[in-house]
Amino acid sequence: MPGLRSLLPVIVFTLLYAALSLSVSNSYYQLVLTLVPVWAVFGLSWNLLSGYTGLISFGHAAFFGIGAYTVALGQIYFDLSPWLLIPVAAMLGGVAGLLIGFPTFRLQGHYFALAMLAYPLAILYVFEWLGFQEITLPIKRDNPIAYMQFGDPRIYTLLALAMMLGTILLTLRIENSRFGMALRAIKQNEAAAEAAGINTLAWKLRAIVLSGAIAGAIGGFYAVVLLVVTPQSVFGMLVSAQALTVAMFGGVGTVWGPVIGSVILIPLAETLNAEAGSFLPGIQGVIFGLAIICVILVAPEGLFWKFRDFWRKRSAPRAAVISGAPDLPLPGLPLTNVVPASPARPRPERSQMAEDVVLEVRNLSRAFGGLKAVRDVGFKLRRNEILGIIGPNGAGKTTVFNLLNGFLLPDQGEILIDGRNMSGRKPHEICEAGIGRTFQIMRPFLRMSISDNVVVGAYIRTRTDAEARQMAAEAVARVGLSDISGRIAGELTTKELRLMELARALAGQPRILLLDETLAGLGHDEANEVVAVIQRLASDGMTIAIIEHTMQAMVRLVDSFLVLDHGAVIVEGEPEVVTRDSRVIEAYLGKKWVAHAPH
Amino acid sequence: MTQALEGFLQALTAGLLIGAIYGLMCVGLGLIFGVMRVINFAHGDFMMLGMYAAFYLFTALGIQTTFGNAVGPFVAILLAGPVLAVFGYAVHLALISRVSGTRSSALEGDGHYAQLILTLGIALILQNGGLIVFGSVLASIRTPLSSSAWELGPYFDISVFINKARGIDAIVAFVTMALLTLLITRSRIGKSLRAAADNPTAATYMGIDVDRAHRVAFALGTGITAIAGGLLATNYPFHPFVGVEYVIVMYAGVVLGGMGSIIGAFWGGMTIGLVQQMSTLVLPTQLQNAAIFVVFLLIIFFRPQGFFGRMVERT
Repeated sequence: MPGLRSLLPVIVFTLLYAALSLSVSNSYYQLVLTLVPVWAVFGLSWNLLSGYTGLISFGHAAFFGIGAYTVALGQIYFDLSPWLLIPVAAMLGGVAGLLIGFPTFRLQGHYFALAMLAYPLAILYVFEWLGFQEITLPIKRDNPIAYMQFGDPRIYTLLALAMMLGTILLTLRIENSRFGMALRAIKQNEAAAEAAGINTLAWKLRAIVLSGAIAGAIGGFYAVVLLVVTPQSVFGMLVSAQALTVAMFGGVGTVWGPVIGSVILIPLAETLNAEAGSFLPGIQGVIFGLAIICVILVAPEGLFWKFRDFWRKRSAPRAAVISGAPDLPLPGLPLTNVVPASPARPRPERSQMAEDVVLEVRNLSRAFGGLKAVRDVGFKLRRNEILGIIGPNGAGKTTVFNLLNGFLLPDQGEILIDGRNMSGRKPHEICEAGIGRTFQIMRPFLRMSISDNVVVGAYIRTRTDAEARQMAAEAVARVGLSDISGRIAGELTTKELRLMELARALAGQPRILLLDETLAGLGHDEANEVVAVIQRLASDGMTIAIIEHTMQAMVRLVDSFLVLDHGAVIVEGEPEVVTRDSRVIEAYLGKKWVAHAPH
Repeated sequence: MTQALEGFLQALTAGLLIGAIYGLMCVGLGLIFGVMRVINFAHGDFMMLGMYAAFYLFTALGIQTTFGNAVGPFVAILLAGPVLAVFGYAVHLALISRVSGTRSSALEGDGHYAQLILTLGIALILQNGGLIVFGSVLASIRTPLSSSAWELGPYFDISVFINKARGIDAIVAFVTMALLTLLITRSRIGKSLRAAADNPTAATYMGIDVDRAHRVAFALGTGITAIAGGLLATNYPFHPFVGVEYVIVMYAGVVLGGMGSIIGAFWGGMTIGLVQQMSTLVLPTQLQNAAIFVVFLLIIFFRPQGFFGRMVERT
């Protein structure tokens, strides 16, 4: 639950707004006061999906319009009350969210945004064709209150305000829960979220269902307030744009953004319309447009974030001391100079390990068009083994990892985790089965702190958020980043990012770790530190497959090698044997060096 | 039977003719979108400005008296292109460049949010400013050609009519498209555009001024769409809010063709034109546009990279 500190401004704002609206008697201004929370709620519903996940929806009018028409048609044809119909509208909005989300979430980025554009517009033309050009809600003189019709327009404002308060509280609750964390992780790096065990499709569907339900409800209420519904006024592009505008103007990805945007923009637009619309039609649109442009040039991420940054800068001197703390390794863990000349631990005996195959890969193949990136690869990973996967650039190493953790579907072959074939499963399912991974090109959640990055990886194993925090803290400690765990990922060095990715993978309590060039881009000492961390994990019983080019580090680290070239396994075996193999030398250095190799 | 076939051929012809204009329209947007990856909501309104530019060049600036009623409109339309290109160049310089290109990487979501809201703001100003300046009366660039037709046939009792203005529109559209393709593939500036689109970072390292390439793309795209708008105006009356109706057609075409492909955008627009006209054979007229969106959705679901696009992602 959000704490009292975050609730206080919400409650104060709501009370002040209620007091203001009660003191206004002019019915036109009262309508404006009603519309502010209405569009704020619509903006919040948009923000819930697009602000947090980063998937921009141009089509929120679809949900809004469905809600509005549900209330209008329900009252006309079935004589039902809006008190009943608005919840129905919310339900239908949610169902529409599910129906739209399920196919559309396969698309990414701009494709998603543009596909969303098509839904409300297609519906708009269908409604026009069905002859619902202009629907007027009947006035109920006998029992107006039962039909949400009030003589005093202030009651509409209070109702709208209540809906806004409810939506804000819901959003705040989501923001601070694993739901919100999952959505933010998706926004910053969807693939990494999936690999960290987040079922991205399920969370996105939840977000769009909830978002659609809120939009449907507020669309229904809008119909009650205006009493007239036309396809253009509820399904039109300007309606979708309204949601974007208030949210982006105020600030995306925060509960306050749509509220700020709506409080400023709606009265501005309405006042301009009332004051100037009569003698110079269009002038209000021009001024409105100018206002938006000016603000966005000054604060491209919205007003809220601008103010927050300004506020932070003022209180910066105190914060700087904390973030400036040196990142010392954990006491009791001598990270530097720990690298031994010989392997850090006794290699387990082959015969002893043979029984315990935790990961077996058989005949794995994958082609991209005509290029066979992975051909018939097979190997076994035994408990507590460190397997080094090496090979020249383009040999298919990372592709093997992508096949193993479900980013890519294999054309053929089996991936047996504890004897169970997991080939073709989604990355989060494979994560759940016990495989964690890091990335060659790092995929941090750049705008989140180290602990938040890692906690995303812990959700898969935990029921409560407190448990997840605990588990994440342990994972951060295991890689030695506890002292700086509050820092934002965007400010970290490569080494710290590599360790953070490692911690994120560890938080899901994997039994097998796939490390993709974890030492790339590190200096000699830094690489040694990371190697020490990996060795410590191995001595704690972790099974590891690692891709790496630095042979010096690899020879010290691994129990056996798998050498790939042109997508196929050319040699497999112990380091001493593999490094002398003529095929390996040829693959790396070319034919003429084979002769120079020590035999 | 003959009647049905005749209706079909007539719809097909109408689709091809309007499709050529839609294609050109989409190419303008596709150029901007492909090179800059900016969703420009004001593009329909740039096209609206192109229509009015052609209209005033024709009526007020003496092109009608100099070139006459048959050739005049097309001269005015082709001149509207450069006029709007200059306008697009200025808009990019003053506004768009502040939230896109090399400046966008520091912003949340690569600046997409800021770009969207900025172009929405520009659209609002152009639409409502248009209302103030041009008024709400429908305008059109009528020529004597708009109301006469060539008859193909009759062959086996079937004849197809081609509206003369639309026929010339389609030819102008194809020629413009061909010239643009030459410019993009052959010229130095075209190469820098393609490089900036393909990999902005690498292009910067190779000494290409990516922001300038973006500006050129923006100007070129605006000019091309303005010409398409002018061609459209020979048969369809327009008003200051006409942009909203077409911006969706444009995006549908661009996505159909595959983002980043210029020729793809042209065929995408052509497809939209065909779908729109052919759907009248089976659907009520009001559902014409709904049909466009349904086809649009189907194609992005089954082939999200479009006809000519490709998708790449590295891990």
